[in-house]
Amino acid sequence: MAEFRLPANSRVKPGRSHPGKPGAAKPRRFQIYRYDPEAGDNPRLDTYEVDLADCGPMVLDALIKIKSEADSTLTFRRSCREGICGSCAMNIDGHNTLACTKAIEDVTGDVKIYPLPHMSVVRDLVVDFSMFWAQYESIEPWLKTHTPAPERERPQSVEERAKLDGLYECILCACCSTSCPSYWWNGDRYLGPAALLQAYRWLADSRDEAAGERLDELEDPFKLYRCHTIMNCTQTCPKGLNPAKAIAEIKKLVVERKL
Amino acid sequence: MAETYPITDHHFDCVVVGAGGSGLRAAVGMVEAGLRVACVSKVYPTRSHTVAAQGGINAALGNMNEDDWRYHMYDTVKGSDWLGDQDAIEYMTKNAPAAVLELEHYGAPFSRTPEGKIYQRAFGGQSTNYGKGQAYRTCCAADRTGHVLLHTLFQQALRHKVQFFNEFYALDLLMEDGACLGVLALRIEDGSLHRFRAHVTCLATGGYGRVYFSATSAHTCTGDGNAMVLRAGLPLQDMEFVQFHPSGIYGAGCLITEGARGEGGYLTNGDGERFMERYAPTAKDLASRDVVSRAMTIEINEGRGCGPQKDYIELHLEHLDPKLLHERLPGISETARIFAGVDVTKQPIPVVPTCHYNMGGIPTNYRTEVVRPVDGDPDAVVHGLMAVGEAACASVHGANRLGANSLTDLVVFGRAAAHRAAELVQPGAPHKPLPSGACERALDRLDKVRHASGDLRTGEIRLAMQRTMQRHASVFRDGPLLDEGCRRLDEVAASLDHLRVEDRSRIWNSDVIEALELQNLMLQAIATMRSAAFRTESRGAHAREDFPERDDANWMKHTLCWVDDRHRAQLGDRPVHSYTLTNEVQPVPPQKRVY
Ligand SMILES: Cc1cc2nc3c(=O)[nH]c(=O)nc-3n(C[C@H](O)[C@H](O)[C@H](O)COP(=O)(O)OP(=O)(O)OC[C@H]3O[C@@H](n4cnc5c(N)ncnc54)[C@H](O)[C@@H]3O)c2cc1C
Ligand code: SF4
Ligand code: SF4
Ligand code: FES
Repeated sequence: MAEFRLPANSRVKPGRSHPGKPGAAKPRRFQIYRYDPEAGDNPRLDTYEVDLADCGPMVLDALIKIKSEADSTLTFRRSCREGICGSCAMNIDGHNTLACTKAIEDVTGDVKIYPLPHMSVVRDLVVDFSMFWAQYESIEPWLKTHTPAPERERPQSVEERAKLDGLYECILCACCSTSCPSYWWNGDRYLGPAALLQAYRWLADSRDEAAGERLDELEDPFKLYRCHTIMNCTQTCPKGLNPAKAIAEIKKLVVERKL
Repeated sequence: MAETYPITDHHFDCVVVGAGGSGLRAAVGMVEAGLRVACVSKVYPTRSHTVAAQGGINAALGNMNEDDWRYHMYDTVKGSDWLGDQDAIEYMTKNAPAAVLELEHYGAPFSRTPEGKIYQRAFGGQSTNYGKGQAYRTCCAADRTGHVLLHTLFQQALRHKVQFFNEFYALDLLMEDGACLGVLALRIEDGSLHRFRAHVTCLATGGYGRVYFSATSAHTCTGDGNAMVLRAGLPLQDMEFVQFHPSGIYGAGCLITEGARGEGGYLTNGDGERFMERYAPTAKDLASRDVVSRAMTIEINEGRGCGPQKDYIELHLEHLDPKLLHERLPGISETARIFAGVDVTKQPIPVVPTCHYNMGGIPTNYRTEVVRPVDGDPDAVVHGLMAVGEAACASVHGANRLGANSLTDLVVFGRAAAHRAAELVQPGAPHKPLPSGACERALDRLDKVRHASGDLRTGEIRLAMQRTMQRHASVFRDGPLLDEGCRRLDEVAASLDHLRVEDRSRIWNSDVIEALELQNLMLQAIATMRSAAFRTESRGAHAREDFPERDDANWMKHTLCWVDDRHRAQLGDRPVHSYTLTNEVQPVPPQKRVY
């Protein structure tokens, strides 16, 4: 029987409370995971009260407001604030999503914010992405061709190009991979939905000439076949993409080429 | 200093600071040329602001109708209100088609025409036949062109094994006798310090949109490279020229691409009138950005805005075919839904002019080498230092950038930087020893910030600065308003002495980073406000109510601005290059700018 007890320092303790200014018109409580590796303490859950009457609509707006006005030690990544750079992925109200496009109003009760699950936490809401990037790199995400490039563009029909829709838009936020139970348990060997979606993006590109090579690389009991179609990835993707379907398509290609 | 700071040394042929479109293109080209390159970026490459670009990238491919790079050049010079350097503009427009085709060969998923070519859309300020017809010159991947460009270049960088130093924050340039020897950076993950020695340091750090309260740019657009240049005692150029994009979402500031108008969208005021017909009879809604933003501001100021406060303009797309919206503008349809609560197939989007792009920056020649005036030579090169992308001022955009010319700028000049580095640098050449104390000033600054214990948070000072800029240096400017702005800004800058940084840790200390970014923003806010007060004419994006006309006799020149550690500014100028690079094209002589 496997040991399911988590190591002692991974248990989250109740933390500090930062009450808002008195007289708030629309007070709302945010419970935020805090972890300071230098302090050597366990992680804790701090509570902040924010007046929504004086705050932008998104969870990221509240985080920035807390950092600017109440507690500048609160640590998180952000950049574009419009859901395109993939910096601010975190677990909000039990779902992996982007803080900058998640409306506070869509959460009932206290807003609970944790780092992306099953990633090693660097500090507060910042997690270590090294493995995620390495996996992305491992699928060799670039156009591979043998025929020399023409002087003009490589032709591609509107229909061929349409096959990339739903694939190329990925922002590499890792919401999907970190929601996937197979990735949690086999993250060292299973590529996870984000990298596999990208692998399929190149398989689906009419200009790419390395399908065989790509499939050889993927055909492995762990890299590809740990996906058990649990669909968490697709449900959580903040860009509305469907990694589970892309994975199924890769599996289909593997079968087809055997026939 | 309160602490000692051990430093790790790295030796490279070149270091590129920034992993946006321009930095990545430069780094890839340098590796291709056999140089050892470090690419240092404060965010992961795919988080860079280039990812947010929507509408497209200009190149006279002629896929939709007849086109010529000379038309593109003409439009760019006219768009720049003749402040652009025509040698650099010739270089950019001539090399644009090759640079875009190269992106396609790298695998960028551009939208396609029925013939299988790269799809090109109409954008503002673009014509064929020197102002006669409407051009279709903007190559795009739906409305996610920046995302596609950035990811494609990142993929090429991975393929070429560029050595990335991600989440490293560059603090300052290493300078000796006016030459650059590399850069000092802080590793965000653990607070350690790293010195990158290089024969060429290429700044690709992007714009500084965050000096304004309302901006389309990302939180990370703090112009750090520009500030490093100022601290090195070098000037910035044309900092008064800030582009306000006509269609930032009211309230949120997120961008709705000009491509929305390029695909047939139009603007109305509170009376439901398509007012652009009055301001730009020919180009209408597709006039140049400065023209449209000013028209919108006038409509609002004269009481013809929309909504209960009459303080915005409406952008209509609901008459367009839903299929077209889905195919060509899916990203902004989503953005409008999330940030304005609008279904674009049914309702107009509320928009206002919003700070979007910085034409000004680090002065360079068309080879991307940084220049400044020395002993009567206005174009003297700073050895070892290059700048590309929005940080640079080549200047191809002059007083006003045309939509979709920035992405062109990124790849053309990113490539040019690599070519120039290959000419200048012998791979593996040894580095001369650094003078002792080369990092002292930077470390002192870092140490002060780390231990700052005043009573004002970064967020408070930043807000005061942003509000001052928004109020005093916006779409319309006026002498007294600018003078007052300069005074206010001096006070805000002085309040930096009372900065408080609460976070004392080394690991991922974003409190320190934001404070350092604020120092950088402040230098640029001052350069912008002072340069705006200096230039007593109206040109491109710089519109003075007290000097409403362009004044070529006195102001056909670039503004230079130096700002010292005590926030004291000094102004000067440099001539505009009104000549071309080759005989393949004639310079475009100044004319009145009408659309
Ligand atoms: C919403 C929006 C839409 C746009 N759409 C278009 C468009 O359709 N067409 C067009 O042509 N232009 C468009 N633009 C403009 C264009 O996107 C930008 O001008 C361009 O992307 C800037 O690219 P860059 O390479 O100069 O810098 P950026 O992409 O801004 O990258 C800057 C890089 O520098 C790094 N950096 C910064 N400071 C430091 C530091 N201190 N230490 C280490 N690294 C640092 C960052 O990490 C980042 O990697 C748009 C702009 C916005 C805001
Ligand atoms: S469908 Fe596959 S990849 Fe997606 S969550 Fe399930 S197991 Fe993971
Ligand atoms: S597929 Fe969706 S959730 Fe996964 S990394 Fe891409 S954008 Fe994020
Ligand atoms: S800040 Fe860029 S995705 Fe949220």
